[in-house]
Amino acid sequence: MVIRPLSRRWLNDAVTGAGAVAVVVLCALLLSRAAQHPIAYWMGGFRPVDQVAIGISLSIDPVGAGLATFSAVLVLAALAYSLRYFDSVDGVFHALLLLFGAAMAGFTLTGDLFNLIVFFELMGAAAYALTGYLIEDRAPIQGAINFAVTNSIAGYAMLVGVALLYARTGALNMAQIGLALDRHGADPLVVVAMVLLFLGFLTKAAAVPLHFWLADAYAVAPIPVCVLFAGVMTELGVYAVARLYWVIFAGPMHPHMEAVRAILIAIGVVTALLGSLMCFQQRHIKRLLAFSSVAHIGVLICGVGLLSARALAGVGVYIVGHGLTKAALFMCAGVLLHRFRTIDEYDLHGRGREIPAVGVLMVVGGLLLAALPPFTLFAGKSLLEEASTQAGYGWLIAVFIVTSAATGAAVLRVAGRVFLGWGPRDAPGAGQARAGQVSEDEMQDRPDHTPPMMIVVPVVLLALTLAVALIPGAVPAIEDAAARFTDHAAYAQWVLRGRPVSWPSVAPSHISAVDVLYSSLSVLGAVTLAGLGLFGRPLRARVPRVVGGPWLRALHTVRDLHSGHIGDYIAWWTAGASLLGAICLLTLA
Amino acid sequence: MSRRARLWLFGVAGPGLAAVLVIGFRGLPAFGHYHGVYGLVVNGVELSMRHATDYVTALNFDLRAFDTLGEEYILFASVLGVTLLLRVMREEDEEFSAAGRGLDGSSDAVRLLALVLVPLLVALGVYIVLHGALTPGGGFQGGLVLAAAPAALILAGRYLELKILAPSWAMESAEGIGAAGYALLGLGGLIFASVYFRNFLPAGNPGQLLSAGFMPLNSIAVGLEVMGAFLIVWTAFLDQALLIRRRSLEAR
Amino acid sequence: MSFLPYAVAVWLFIVGLYGVVSSRHMVRTILSLAVVQSATYVLLLAIGYRSGGQAPIVADIPPTTTLVDPVVQVLVLTDVVIEATVTALLLALVVQAHKRFGSVDPNDLRPLRD
Repeated sequence: MVIRPLSRRWLNDAVTGAGAVAVVVLCALLLSRAAQHPIAYWMGGFRPVDQVAIGISLSIDPVGAGLATFSAVLVLAALAYSLRYFDSVDGVFHALLLLFGAAMAGFTLTGDLFNLIVFFELMGAAAYALTGYLIEDRAPIQGAINFAVTNSIAGYAMLVGVALLYARTGALNMAQIGLALDRHGADPLVVVAMVLLFLGFLTKAAAVPLHFWLADAYAVAPIPVCVLFAGVMTELGVYAVARLYWVIFAGPMHPHMEAVRAILIAIGVVTALLGSLMCFQQRHIKRLLAFSSVAHIGVLICGVGLLSARALAGVGVYIVGHGLTKAALFMCAGVLLHRFRTIDEYDLHGRGREIPAVGVLMVVGGLLLAALPPFTLFAGKSLLEEASTQAGYGWLIAVFIVTSAATGAAVLRVAGRVFLGWGPRDAPGAGQARAGQVSEDEMQDRPDHTPPMMIVVPVVLLALTLAVALIPGAVPAIEDAAARFTDHAAYAQWVLRGRPVSWPSVAPSHISAVDVLYSSLSVLGAVTLAGLGLFGRPLRARVPRVVGGPWLRALHTVRDLHSGHIGDYIAWWTAGASLLGAICLLTLA
Repeated sequence: MSRRARLWLFGVAGPGLAAVLVIGFRGLPAFGHYHGVYGLVVNGVELSMRHATDYVTALNFDLRAFDTLGEEYILFASVLGVTLLLRVMREEDEEFSAAGRGLDGSSDAVRLLALVLVPLLVALGVYIVLHGALTPGGGFQGGLVLAAAPAALILAGRYLELKILAPSWAMESAEGIGAAGYALLGLGGLIFASVYFRNFLPAGNPGQLLSAGFMPLNSIAVGLEVMGAFLIVWTAFLDQALLIRRRSLEAR
Repeated sequence: MSFLPYAVAVWLFIVGLYGVVSSRHMVRTILSLAVVQSATYVLLLAIGYRSGGQAPIVADIPPTTTLVDPVVQVLVLTDVVIEATVTALLLALVVQAHKRFGSVDPNDLRPLRD
């Protein structure tokens, strides 16, 4: 581009940094205002008349403003990390980063259903371009194509859902749609609209079997972009499902609440378990972290599926904790990639001894994923556990523990192998594909020292996970916000009528001994599994073939399904779509 | 998965999804009898409110201007992505010699036709952009017609002349000014009328060019952006096809 | 008979998905995506139609005539722009895929197999 000689790296960084900081400050201000009374801002001044909206509203409640602030913080972190991660990067990266941040802010703050989809597409467009950024390698091209095709189809499904709702209610404003559906109740059209909208957002959130694109995209995107994807983009899909349920579908689906609960929890459980399984199998560290994100998203979907305020509070806290932790872990992986030009666990065997600080961070991150108290992820998980017991789904706690243990174990195993040189040097099984030898041309020769910024930023993020859990008002504020989020009737009041609503205060929950017990189980499980992963080969050899054989075959089948072929992915998407549609029509209509 | 397995999976899932959709669609109002309140309200009040006679543009640039802002930036992001993905890489070179690649013009008849088309397209494009709030059209449609004007040069086989007449700095500036201009108009609403994207210009007389508030300005901004965007995309693709060659394969 | 436009929308959606699943050429995959998108256009515009309605442009017709719904037209307009640009992005990726992999068959794009 000809403009390029006029722009300097420092100028790009300064302008982008200033913008990112400004957005963080503004979102934080919004959050503090919205926590007192939610804001309905009508674009162009088109206030609704008689509860009919003709403009677009930003319906800002504490959950939306909080997620907007969180995404802005992660954009700032990604930018700070990229200052030193890329040796040279042109202004296009900064522009796309800012556009991506803008899309996330719009997505979380809007109150209009079509506007939500427009910002979903903006997130997508910026994300596809950022995923394919490193075109010097071949893999990013395929990853970006798989990502773009799958998410585009998700967008089309959502559009059909919006069309159906518009045909039924004549409205695009979410509050108005909810109000209209309250009057008419559920019928096949509303159920199919719900299925399609959920399909779209669950694809973004990478629920099984809509998840195949995620590992491909995370594996090839540059690290600062992965930080954003794993930290907040995928979680926004879960947010959208919750928002749509509580604003639009809570009314007509109220008689069928148990069925909706069961369906969402089923999706969540399958996602969590499959993600954990695939996560532990990986040797490509970015794919490993990607599948661990899938597993945690499964936990979040279970949380949303519990359909209660306490569970939603747990989801909110969990998103913050998981996002910060996963971002820090990706940054650690970035240090390894930056330094050693490879991201394969076995290629890196023992080489991490040069950078022990990163090893410490990775171990802390792995323990946090296993829900170590008193960090934020632990706080979120304990809220989820309480909510599961209250809703009669106590067995979900076992799923949570398994997920935490497996994903934490994978990270701990990597840390042990890379930074301590534990475990065998060669990989089992000759047929495994060689994982990421990456040339990442933005970086020139292999550096011999790691810029301090690349370590400081993950430290700050992990410190935030501790801070959020320990600041006295933070978790109770999230519980309050969640209670307001689930108040279906109040939403239409403050959006369409601008009437101030008084909410009863919510009794904050407390960490009980049982929660600490569960999390020590998962931490212990993580450490044990990691040890097995590192040192367990002689044990595995002792397992008789007749017992281990079918398990291994099943495992290989599941792994082979993640083939990288876009036709496979869409075939599974269609299968998931028709299955969800059939189940919902049979149980809800 | 093998191709057969994939097609079998779709063979079961596809009709299943179709059945789900059909069952849902049966609840739709009968074709031709739609009475959604949003559209009825807009049809009823728009003329008196803003004196715009094209309700689609009025929705696009005034009532739902925020959606169009998002759409503008999707266009912007995609064009950024295309320029990013089709950039000249380290092992490649742009070769500007026209010899033997069909860049030195096609037959005289086509060239004459292109010469005639260019001013027609420019005039038509400007007309459609400016009259967005009055007649069918608007920024998007008009911008595309405006982009077609230099593209007629491609038809005439004069690709290199296109790159001189519509240089990349001009197209990028047009796109940037358009995108920023649209957001700034919204900011104008914030500054002059205290609400973002509030229509702060006088509504004028319906049917006149200077009416409907800031909709003509919005149209112009969007037209500029769309024109710049599509020209950038087309030249990026054509560069890939016609100009960019791997350095190592060419004998030097 | 009045279900026909909606049936067309369903057909386009499924056929487009089939195209994506069965395609052996990436450009065909992307064009199949366009077919899926056009299903949404058909659906939206069919929903907004009113019998005997004119286009919602009152420059030279009396303002009290029946008009079709303008909102769906705006939705479709927005979607057309979105689709055009994302298609451009995808085609750029396919061009690079052809240069780097030497092929545009999804089967030949190997590096992301597990």
